[in-house]
Amino acid sequence: MQAFDYARVSTVDEAVRLLAARNGDARVLSGGTDLLVALREGRDSAGLVVDVKGVPELMEMFFDRGGGLMLGAAVPCQRMYSDEPIAQAFPGLMDAASLIGGVQVQGRASFGGNLCNASPAADSIPALIVHKATAVIAGPGGRREVPVEEVCVAPGRTQLQPGELLVQLRIPAPEPRFGAAYQRFTPRNEMDIAVVGVGAAVRLNADGDHFEWARIALGAVAPTPLLAAEAGDALAGKAVSEAAIEEAARMAQAAASPITDMSGTAEFRRRLVGVLTRRTLVAAIERARRAGTHWNADLR
Amino acid sequence: MSTKTIVHTTINGDPVEFLCEPRQSLLEVLRETLLLTGTKEGCNNGNCGACNVIMDGVLVNSCLVLGVEAEDATITTIEGLASPDGLHPLQQTFLEHAALQCGICTPGFLLSAKALLDRNPDPTETEVRYWLAGNLCRCTGYDKIVRAVLDAADRRDRVTR
Repeated sequence: MQAFDYARVSTVDEAVRLLAARNGDARVLSGGTDLLVALREGRDSAGLVVDVKGVPELMEMFFDRGGGLMLGAAVPCQRMYSDEPIAQAFPGLMDAASLIGGVQVQGRASFGGNLCNASPAADSIPALIVHKATAVIAGPGGRREVPVEEVCVAPGRTQLQPGELLVQLRIPAPEPRFGAAYQRFTPRNEMDIAVVGVGAAVRLNADGDHFEWARIALGAVAPTPLLAAEAGDALAGKAVSEAAIEEAARMAQAAASPITDMSGTAEFRRRLVGVLTRRTLVAAIERARRAGTHWNADLR
Repeated sequence: MSTKTIVHTTINGDPVEFLCEPRQSLLEVLRETLLLTGTKEGCNNGNCGACNVIMDGVLVNSCLVLGVEAEDATITTIEGLASPDGLHPLQQTFLEHAALQCGICTPGFLLSAKALLDRNPDPTETEVRYWLAGNLCRCTGYDKIVRAVLDAADRRDRVTR
């Protein structure tokens, strides 16, 4: 691997200072599962690698039913799904956390790293988008918070500027009768990269038979993970029915702009968007209905 | 060239200090500096699991960890698996089930299987197969490895009962 300097920091300010001073020549290291491969293969270069795993804020995970989930940007996937209350509250996020690489990768790789790596096929990003997650970004001028769907701007590129650091992901607390799911198509069950990935989230009415709102997000069918806003919005107020789900799947297909590459053809990918949108909506609805009884039981 | 750093670790129960450059992976340090060559280099990009070690209780690809990241870490490599009394139960069942041929993937599979049984002493076959998905073997067809892991879990179960 090419030579670089290494700094382990313990505060966000220290990280930001180092990143800003190097003017684009520094790289942030959390789990290293993308960065170290890119440096070794010469697809990326760094004069300085800043290890942020010593920063408590980036390694903390905090959940309460009022405030939602605050997920440190460097928290490994394995810690997410090993935390029973968090895993129970966010099965739609765990769908993604439990299928990024094998367990060896999940022990190190983080949602924050997955987001900053900005792959169009990233598994965590559609899941985060449908959960209405926001990204807290620290920079020399202070902190800002942006919706996750706005973070990626091109394949491998985010809107983060040199000197900026992703600190935390904030996921709102699940509303009553909320359900979400993420699924992908891969030729193999494990250790593969999504040909297409789809996330869906719904909130149902009290009777569980109408959509109050829905969100659908697509992976690997556009230069960045994509919020298919119209497809989700079209469900609001509608009765839960096969026809409504079918219509949303058609609109999601229309939002996709897939390419043909070694993983699949554009035509195949567009077809998969339809299939996976239907499946993830059905899974999200089931979870929403189960969450409904759960929440009522808690209130009694 | 960047400055070398002294890194303090505990490896297989012993305190170990080593000197490394930031660009060196933990795998490189284990094999080339510490001469712990039981840990194998396969793909060197996180796909094959041949370089698996357990670091602070977490199974990792040592090719995707920098040596300098191991400061204060406790690491188990394949050299730490057997005890003076004999083979680890997993090593024993791997032998009995002929769960290896060329052997290059075996240290990684053993560490991976150990990490699984440490976490889940009584896994189902499905759980074993998913857990081992990050370890590649080009000889056995995996079935013998899965049987060996299930058998080791079963035997451990009988001992503890």
